[in-house]
Amino acid sequence: MVLLFVEKPIERRITVYIYFLEGKMIMAEVAIKLEGKSKRSFLDDIKEIVPAGNLSLCLTCGLCSSGCPATGLFDMDPRKFLRMLVLGMDEEVMKSDWPWTCTMCQRCVYVCPMKIDIPQLVFNVRAARPRDQRPKGIRGSCDAAVNSESCSAMGTPVEDFIFVVNDVLEEYRAAQPEFADMVAPIDKVGAEFFVNQNSREPMTEPDEMVPLWKILHLAGVDWTYSSKAWAAENYCLFLADNENWETLVRRKAAQADALGVKTYLNTE
Amino acid sequence: MKIKFTVQDPCQIVRKSFGDAIAEDFRYAIKQAIGEENLLEMSPNKSNNYCCGGGGGFLQSGFKDQRLEYGRIKDEQIKASGATYCIAGCHNCHAQIHELSHHFGGHYNVVHFWTILALSLGILGPNERVYLGDDLKDVNVFHPETAI
Repeated sequence: MVLLFVEKPIERRITVYIYFLEGKMIMAEVAIKLEGKSKRSFLDDIKEIVPAGNLSLCLTCGLCSSGCPATGLFDMDPRKFLRMLVLGMDEEVMKSDWPWTCTMCQRCVYVCPMKIDIPQLVFNVRAARPRDQRPKGIRGSCDAAVNSESCSAMGTPVEDFIFVVNDVLEEYRAAQPEFADMVAPIDKVGAEFFVNQNSREPMTEPDEMVPLWKILHLAGVDWTYSSKAWAAENYCLFLADNENWETLVRRKAAQADALGVKTYLNTE
Repeated sequence: MKIKFTVQDPCQIVRKSFGDAIAEDFRYAIKQAIGEENLLEMSPNKSNNYCCGGGGGFLQSGFKDQRLEYGRIKDEQIKASGATYCIAGCHNCHAQIHELSHHFGGHYNVVHFWTILALSLGILGPNERVYLGDDLKDVNVFHPETAI
């Protein structure tokens, strides 16, 4: 049994599908694409970013949706999201909050037989929403980091970070004499590792920094924190704010370069 | 003590960056600390693991109900493993799974790996145990006299 598939574009927005079974035409249908605006769509964006990522390769098998924890939230799932964008339903997709419930974990790509990058589409849809209408919490964390010399989403000032680290270090060196020589260097030039730090510990549970310091000490690791741009988190990425995402990454990388460290260790 | 642990494979570190190899490295280190027989795996795991719902900015997005619903699969995975501790190798996973434990009533503990490694080395002080359960709170305490 041979099934032939012929796609014959007869005019700009209408395609005729004709199926042949053993030489005999068994079905013909006219698929009329939804009339969309002629301006750029997400489909155009994605084709530009991922030339090989032809979204029309989607087999609609549903493996993406069946293994996605966000399936069903806001009446959406990855397959439905993709199909709507392939059909040019950009406006309808833009009304949904679903892209903010997708964590872009890429499990859908991992299981997709055609390796279609749905999370990249989610990112683009996030980025297409006016910045002041994106979730306030994520925007606030991004803005706080951009406005902070520490790049901290909690806005932790540099002097507070330095004080907390030194204060906790002194306390433990005194209380636990086996670790009297333990260090938590800040701005040590030429260290092997630049260790960044999630803002949560220095701000809300500083004792939680200590086990890692002890392990690094026992392992004889040559490491350093930085006074500036020490924070690990980067919410501008999640906000799909490309400009500020890059700004934060470059500020952290510049600090690592300035200290002449060999490896940037991201603990986030 | 026969306390059982499971491990959350962070999407960013495992599936999206270094693959199964780093998941294996993580397990090697975990097994050295807790004993191989005390590690119970979630299914699926490693590169095929489910996201917990703490990633992608979800924790700060304001969609709390959706985030907890998203985490239902993770909560069920942890409960099905039979473990009473989940080791999280990522801050966002730690925060989200901790909340899932309370929200869905599983009452399993969620710990950073540094806590377990330092505990196994006998260097975990009394004030570094905020995420340990009652069964481990008083075990092998380093300088117990410094408790606050």
